[in-house]
Amino acid sequence: MIVEKIMKKDLFTLTPDHTLRDANKLMRENKIRHLPIVINDDELVGLVAQRDIKNTITRLLNEDQENMILETPIRDIMIKNPLVGHPLDVIEEMALIFYEHKIGCLPIVSQHQLVGIITDTDLLYNYIELTGATKPSSRLDIRIKDEAGVLFNITKIISAHNANILSILLHPDEKPQYQVISIRLKSMNPLPIIQDLRKEGFDVLWPNMPSMKQ
Amino acid sequence: MAKYAEHEAVERDAVFVYSPEQLDYKFSETHPFNQKRLQLTMDLLNKIGALDENDIATPRIATDDELLLGHDAAYIDIVKRAGHGYLKEGEGHSFGIGTEDTPIFKNMHEASATFVGGTLTACDYVMQGKSNHAINLGGGLHHGFKGKASGFCIYNDSTVAIKYMQKKYNARVLYIDTDAHHGDGVQWSFYDDPNVCTLSIHETGRYLFPGTGAVTERGNGEGYGTSFNIPLDAFTEDESFLEAYEQSIREIAAFFKPDVILTQNGADAHYFDPLTHLSCTMKIYNEIPRIAHEIAHEFCEGRWVAVGGGGYDIWRVVPRAWSLVWLEMIGHPHPTGPLPNSWLERWQEESPVKFIPTWEDPDPLFEAIPRKAEIAEKNGQVLEKALYMIRHESHKI
Repeated sequence: MIVEKIMKKDLFTLTPDHTLRDANKLMRENKIRHLPIVINDDELVGLVAQRDIKNTITRLLNEDQENMILETPIRDIMIKNPLVGHPLDVIEEMALIFYEHKIGCLPIVSQHQLVGIITDTDLLYNYIELTGATKPSSRLDIRIKDEAGVLFNITKIISAHNANILSILLHPDEKPQYQVISIRLKSMNPLPIIQDLRKEGFDVLWPNMPSMKQ
Repeated sequence: MAKYAEHEAVERDAVFVYSPEQLDYKFSETHPFNQKRLQLTMDLLNKIGALDENDIATPRIATDDELLLGHDAAYIDIVKRAGHGYLKEGEGHSFGIGTEDTPIFKNMHEASATFVGGTLTACDYVMQGKSNHAINLGGGLHHGFKGKASGFCIYNDSTVAIKYMQKKYNARVLYIDTDAHHGDGVQWSFYDDPNVCTLSIHETGRYLFPGTGAVTERGNGEGYGTSFNIPLDAFTEDESFLEAYEQSIREIAAFFKPDVILTQNGADAHYFDPLTHLSCTMKIYNEIPRIAHEIAHEFCEGRWVAVGGGGYDIWRVVPRAWSLVWLEMIGHPHPTGPLPNSWLERWQEESPVKFIPTWEDPDPLFEAIPRKAEIAEKNGQVLEKALYMIRHESHKI
């Protein structure tokens, strides 16, 4: 998946000539935390994060000083040459940049123009969608050995039950050489599938019913 | 609402909506959704002398116009054609029809519309003051979406009935869903509507279908603050379940001030239920209707409509649990001790499991579950989060 699929295109921006007061107001009214700073025809020249404003304001001692500071032009506090992304960047790589640089947003630039923005919230929602948790489904966790052909054998059983898979996630298990596969199925009754998986020797972790005697 | 507040003396306490056509909603012999539950329940009530012909009200079939209150015309058309054999291979899939959960069966439209009609019949009895309470155990198909079947449900009788009560009686409805699965279909139907309040108490969607029903789902736009969700952890057990139920229903009813309550009585939170993991016992099925009944009298002059829902141990759990809803409605003391022998004898042979021969479950029903205190503590926090807004509000007043 690429960035332009999830980036926001309706943007709130300011110019370097606006003041801290303007930035503060715009962020509060629109519940946003980042403002790209542009000149001319949406050319990106800087970035202001709510964090920068807070840091500036909490240093204040009294109201007069606060008023004075709020008149500070944006150009004095903005991050110049912020990190940017491209609409065709891959989302997984973007997530890594967020993580490594400990940042909360990336303005997206194409042909010297600001065309969008993605924030950590967008990334998080994208992750939630990947897990399939927003659509009616049941989840199965299966512990598997890290070897070829395992996934095929699992999906073969699911397919025999005419069940639809919404998402598949693979994550490392505590035991080395093992992984846990989480599958979201578009079905309210995963029991026949669980039974068949167990029959084939799969270690279905959940749903499990401790001390269930039927 | 004033229109019917002046009605004459109520004719009777409760009616039981049922017709044998309700048994036609049948996917297959092996499908977990099995309406033999209705027969088992009625026979049990019959054998203890708590239900006879005079209590039964015959449901009507919901008209297309009524179904359109909650569903798309294109979807209704697909269901009709599916049930009459006029659907092309795969044509129903994007509507959730012809899937593993909702296979096609003969006359599926008529059978589903009969459930909806049953709930509408129940609503009319209550809203016209012909009875204080009414029950349609064939209803409660809370996963049905506007244009899609889901989780064994085709038409969503509760959605249609609530829209119907809004339109015909201008009523403010509180919908209370204690099925172990999240009441997603009904919630999304009224997510933007401030005049309908939905409360769903269910097993967390972390693993269980449908996966939604997080405490953060509170409604949208004008309806923000009128959807409540209490997702409980697996292995919650009776005490923690009942704490969540009683506190939420009382505080939400006081906050919302409904004209009528509609309770969905899925009976699948029991330890024996094969699909879920809440590990409750018959204790909760004694308390759920008892408290609903109190709430109906305290806030709604008694107006209470009850529907069925999930419940996949149709032998050991559902007949006892659903009987208690009816017994509560007619003011019959909740029975204890042995179930009638004649009932046990009639059904034991057919049942693949051995019956619990008493109204109560054996104590204990299962070995102690570890981390009980932690699970209860976590559920308590979820309850606090779910009610945070109204508790906060009432502090201000």
